[in-house]
Amino acid sequence: MRLTCPLCGERDRREFYYQGEAVALHRPAPDAGEDAWEAYLHLRENPAGLRRDLWHHEAGCGAWLVVTRNTSTHEVLDVVMAQDERAGA
Amino acid sequence: MRFSGWRVLREGLSGNKGWTPQWRDPEPKAEYDVIIIGGGGHGLSTAYYLARHHGITNVAVLEKGYIGSGNIGRNTTIVRANYYLPGNSEFYSHSLRLWEGLEAELNYNVMHSQRGIINLFHSDGQRDAFVRRGNAMHAQGDDAVLLDREGVRSYLPYLDFDNTRFPIYGGLLHPRGGSARHDAVAWGYARGADARGVDLVQNCEVTGIDIEGGVVKGVQTSRGAIKARQVAIVTAGRSGQVAALAGMRLPIESHVLQAFVTEGLKPCIDHVISFGMGHFYISQSDKGGLVFGGDLDFYASYAQRGNLPMAEHVMEAGMTLMPMIGKARVLRSWGGIMDMTPDGSPIIDKTDTDGLFVDCGWCYGGFKAVPASGYALAHLMATGEPHETARGFRLNRFRDGRGLMDEEGTGAQHNLH
Amino acid sequence: MRIEGKGLVDRTRKLRFQFDGVGHNAFAGDTVASALLAKGQRIVARSFKYHRPRGIMTAGSEEPNALVTIGQGAAQEPNVRATVQEIYDGLKVHSQNAWPSLGFDVLEVNDFASPFLGAGFYYKTFMWPRSFWERLYEPVIRRAAGLGALSGQSVEERYEKAYAFCDLLVVGAGPAGLMAALTAGRAGADVILCEQDSVLGGRLHAEDFKVDAQSGSDWAMAAAAELAGMSNVRIMTHTSVTGAYDQGTFGALERWPGAPHAGSPRETFWRIAARRCVLAAGALERQIAFANNDRPGIMTASAVRSYLHRFGVAAGTRVAVFGNNDDAHRTARDLDAAGVEVVGLVDTREDAPRAQGDFPVFAGAVVENTRGRRGLKEVMVNAGGRIRRLEADCLAVSGGWNPTVHLTCHMNGKPVWREDIASFVPQDGAVPGLIAAGACAGDFSTLACLKAGAEAAQAVLKDIGMKPKAADVPDAEESPYRIRPYWSVPGHDRAWLDFQNDVTVKDIALAARENFRSVEHMKRYTTQGMAPDQGKNSNVAALAVLADVTGRGIPETGTTTFRPPFTPVSIAAMGAGAQGMGFAPRRLTTSHAASVARGAPMIEAGLWYRPSYFPAPGESTWLEACNREVTMVRSAVGICDVSTLGKIDIQGPDAAAFLDFVYTNTFSTLKPGRVRYGLMLREDGHVMDDGTTARLGDTHFVMTTTTAAAGAVMRHLEFVHQGLRPDWDVRFTSVTEQWAQFAVAGPKSRDLLNGLLDQPLTDADWPFMACGPVQVAGVAGRLFRISFSGEHAYEVAVPARYGASLFAVLVARAEQMGGGAYGMEALNVLRIEKGHITHAEIHSATTAFDVGFARMVSAKKDCVGKTMAARPGLMDETRQQLVGLKPVDATGMLTAGAHIFERGAAARRVNDQGYVTSVAHSPTLGHSIGLGFLARGPARHGETVRVVDAVRGSELLATVCAPVFYDPEGGRVRG
Repeated sequence: MRLTCPLCGERDRREFYYQGEAVALHRPAPDAGEDAWEAYLHLRENPAGLRRDLWHHEAGCGAWLVVTRNTSTHEVLDVVMAQDERAGA
Repeated sequence: MRFSGWRVLREGLSGNKGWTPQWRDPEPKAEYDVIIIGGGGHGLSTAYYLARHHGITNVAVLEKGYIGSGNIGRNTTIVRANYYLPGNSEFYSHSLRLWEGLEAELNYNVMHSQRGIINLFHSDGQRDAFVRRGNAMHAQGDDAVLLDREGVRSYLPYLDFDNTRFPIYGGLLHPRGGSARHDAVAWGYARGADARGVDLVQNCEVTGIDIEGGVVKGVQTSRGAIKARQVAIVTAGRSGQVAALAGMRLPIESHVLQAFVTEGLKPCIDHVISFGMGHFYISQSDKGGLVFGGDLDFYASYAQRGNLPMAEHVMEAGMTLMPMIGKARVLRSWGGIMDMTPDGSPIIDKTDTDGLFVDCGWCYGGFKAVPASGYALAHLMATGEPHETARGFRLNRFRDGRGLMDEEGTGAQHNLH
Repeated sequence: MRIEGKGLVDRTRKLRFQFDGVGHNAFAGDTVASALLAKGQRIVARSFKYHRPRGIMTAGSEEPNALVTIGQGAAQEPNVRATVQEIYDGLKVHSQNAWPSLGFDVLEVNDFASPFLGAGFYYKTFMWPRSFWERLYEPVIRRAAGLGALSGQSVEERYEKAYAFCDLLVVGAGPAGLMAALTAGRAGADVILCEQDSVLGGRLHAEDFKVDAQSGSDWAMAAAAELAGMSNVRIMTHTSVTGAYDQGTFGALERWPGAPHAGSPRETFWRIAARRCVLAAGALERQIAFANNDRPGIMTASAVRSYLHRFGVAAGTRVAVFGNNDDAHRTARDLDAAGVEVVGLVDTREDAPRAQGDFPVFAGAVVENTRGRRGLKEVMVNAGGRIRRLEADCLAVSGGWNPTVHLTCHMNGKPVWREDIASFVPQDGAVPGLIAAGACAGDFSTLACLKAGAEAAQAVLKDIGMKPKAADVPDAEESPYRIRPYWSVPGHDRAWLDFQNDVTVKDIALAARENFRSVEHMKRYTTQGMAPDQGKNSNVAALAVLADVTGRGIPETGTTTFRPPFTPVSIAAMGAGAQGMGFAPRRLTTSHAASVARGAPMIEAGLWYRPSYFPAPGESTWLEACNREVTMVRSAVGICDVSTLGKIDIQGPDAAAFLDFVYTNTFSTLKPGRVRYGLMLREDGHVMDDGTTARLGDTHFVMTTTTAAAGAVMRHLEFVHQGLRPDWDVRFTSVTEQWAQFAVAGPKSRDLLNGLLDQPLTDADWPFMACGPVQVAGVAGRLFRISFSGEHAYEVAVPARYGASLFAVLVARAEQMGGGAYGMEALNVLRIEKGHITHAEIHSATTAFDVGFARMVSAKKDCVGKTMAARPGLMDETRQQLVGLKPVDATGMLTAGAHIFERGAAARRVNDQGYVTSVAHSPTLGHSIGLGFLARGPARHGETVRVVDAVRGSELLATVCAPVFYDPEGGRVRG
């Protein structure tokens, strides 16, 4: 499995750390309530198909990345910097 | 038909013409008391125990593919009761007791073999953690034996004790742990459930869950609508998709776990062994193949296949721990879809919809749980109360933080358990 | 029997090898199989279940029968395919799975008990009495099962792993693969050509075909020579591509074919990242099931031709041929032309072609049975109801060809049934970037293969933006592939499908009768396709039989899934490099050598090594050394390397705000030149890590993490910044390796440092928790007045290159002052005495509340983990919380991992109240002390509890107390 880091180019999966769904970028306000926090931390769409998840180019440039990926085929459709995603959000 | 050595002899002498189907292939009826979605180990055992202990036989198990096509047929077959947290330990202890009578219960040889499991440790800190675990097992009434380095050597002389990156300090032996023939467990429960009147409906995909006024009414399937008073979602790695049919989101992320088997070899590994410094566990099947596995590939996946980095890591662990297996050749690798929860422990519970139940989140420990999971879910569905060994497996525990069972201590990141 | 003038073997180079202790001659270029066939060896192996005598069936890696063991001692290698293993001088080959000998195998009795040993019999018996399974049935089954044996010794030969990259990976070097490689190579693409055989050419060496004006074999040699001359083409023979993985990654296993050789690894496992792949893996010929079709001497027809043309070996002296397609005729013709007697050609087709040589053709006939338990003697032919008996020692069978689709299934591709060739072909696009070409795509003529290879390469070149040249495809045979499917000859005796696992047509029928009708059920119930050949020889026929008995078509019945690896891969190859010390990197501190020189046992701490203790003359146990070191720190001064703790340099205008967000407590109020202890939570509210963070300037901090969590914390900080607050201007750099840092602990620590630092320390300038730059003997360093031991203490840091020198100086000075170096054991005792927690306590399932730090979670600000830490379950008073423990009997020894019960309560789960996490013998207090977690612990100080360590067989009574045993007021750290 290989991922294309926007900064470093195509690299082996071994260089990356996977964390989970990119929902983690959208942290609720402290007072957002139980439902919001439950949804943020625990509940998952968990689709069999396209989803966006977070990878860290830990053995490379250190960038956190949002990877759009197909969980049924492992096809990678898009990789962007998490900080750009946040800035655009 | 009752199976026995005599029956095998008699049929052998008469040309093996007398064997009959081990289960029927019925057309689904229009209505059942209970529908179990998912014909894997947990779904089949649930149906079996509903019929066996609660007299509920108007039950259909709806299976998208063939029965036993999920994780029950693609795991490393380890059976153990060595959990340490309350909530888990009583459940797995119960499960192991059910395993110990399973052949007699099902009249099916699932080849449950209590050959002993040895968990190795490689530091003082790991030893203390295993002692904590062993003491929890004793308190639960199960067996655990602390082995020092020489103790491990007496059981497993072929490990590398002298020149290895993480020396072996000792191990925790769980003598009643072992393995079983995975497919046979599914088939045994299927045959038992079928014999008690349960309809096992294969090639029947559930495409919708009918809910009216917060009450479940039945399901839509690829073979038509079926009504039911109670519906249970027992679909392991596919739990998220099926729950979505009922408008639910679950605290689950599905991951791929690979496993491996080598070509057949004469007996060389008599126990189930797990390495403590990297995920690696191994046993030898009765056919002679070394069956082993490791950690998740660590990315969400439904592909039932993995990639090389984890495959190599697993074999690297094997080589540092027991380099005598180096000349064994891997014949086949495969992947299962693991329904990972935020604390690594499962869910057997009612849902907000009346009559709708979930049994999921088995992470990569579902095989050993098959008997007790079905037992507990059947109990919950039949009586409305959780079984005493499964009270901890609440769906809401993440929300209120009560009774989290994080055996690995890795927190709410689903893939780290 | 050798045929003069044929084959690629080098008859001028004679080699000697042994089979079961008997010496044989062979030629260079022979495989074990070709050499044994040349000698007329009939039985080579025994089958798995019935221990039937078996000979050689194929000429490739798919061989199901002829599995042997080579080598001895640690080099012993079981389950080697005799059809692949090349002969080298001195090679020792042993048969396997037979006792006492290959010729007389006791377990052959199973064959006569076969009526009772059909599919799945073991699920129906061996259940009574229960205890007999582990004691009797299973051991007997295990001993009878298995094939070859491991030596039991550690691998001694070298195995390696490597990476390779290319524009185009060509898998297989038959006509299609050679043309693909030539086409891409000539256009300048980076090409890797993998061929599992020892030579390039594939079946061009196994047939009597012309390519252009030369023999196919010569053409292949010329093509190989041209490829070898291209610097952009890498040819890898003896290399099997084992798996297709995501984003163009392929696994491949390269074997060293000869005698073990110091200069070459035995095997190398390659990870090949390829932009594109042309699969030119060819096809495998399949058998036809008929009664007793497994006898030694019954082979695939293509193998018979391979041995004839490639090795110059006649597989028999009187050969019968049986087939349902024209390849059967090709086999008979070639043998006849080579002077081998062909006793008859049996063709299932009524309209079979006429004889192309001096042999009878039986059209519309089948082989109904055979005789010759230890080697084929007679073939019974049913020709329109008339039984003919043909005396034969070899029967060449061709049931048609199965394209080698395996790699295209590794990413869940489902092969597609093609009626015209009665076979499965690859699904288009099954592996992104992979094109199947030639026989593996169902094109069976040589010309079609050559064209397909060229076209596939051209398509790839265009796709990757290179310009292909016009393909120069040579002329070759283009005979049509005429086949009429025929799977199984009806009859009463057993007809084998899976030779290795002894699965017969009857087993499939039995499985169907018992409702194992799904192809996967059939496979799992009968073990069809689960043997070392993974059904390469039998799966298609087996599912055709299943389709027949269940009244379904073949496409509807479907296939089982081919999974990696294509050919088996040794664990030593895929796990190469890890044996011994190679499993994980070793991280060494700058004081490592000095510690080892002092005799300190070095223990693993994650990837690091740290000294356990520093033995002094006269000490015979670790405890003596530990007690001395603890007392030394409490009374004088000790030196400990703490460089393994993670150190993260944090800079930027928003650094303070950032720290307020990742720590539960506040850092923005910390003054420059001061240090604060911080507690870090995961977002789920549990403790992630702890440590001190020093403020070196307004916008400059250095954070300390625990040794274990250094990587995770760094990752976490980057996530919080990039993922949650990219607007904050702050940056992080791990400087763990850049600084060597030593604890100087004890009442004499300031005296020690004052002789070393350029400026003396005073209490006014350097109070507890002060930090700042210092000159250490002229070297710019940092000093932190912090203490893990509970004594007046400092940590002094210098650039790592000065670490070894500083350690030497510090220890020498300490020793002059009655102190010295101390190790992990003493460090642990000191911290337990002081009640400082480590990952034994913050083991990731504990909260700030549990460890008594609830008040460290600032109410004035948000921080990671704060909201979820406030969940009711995480603040519940009944939670197990940190306590200290002292044995009631002062001579008692607490043990870590013991569980805690109320006094008098039975040690059962329902009564379980907690557990012990850390214990020490405190030389300072003179008795055992411990930390642990106890339900409602803080409210129970003074209570006597029962502490049970069942696995160690000990228990004692202990008094619950505060978790700080020594100097609870903290006067010593400030003094």
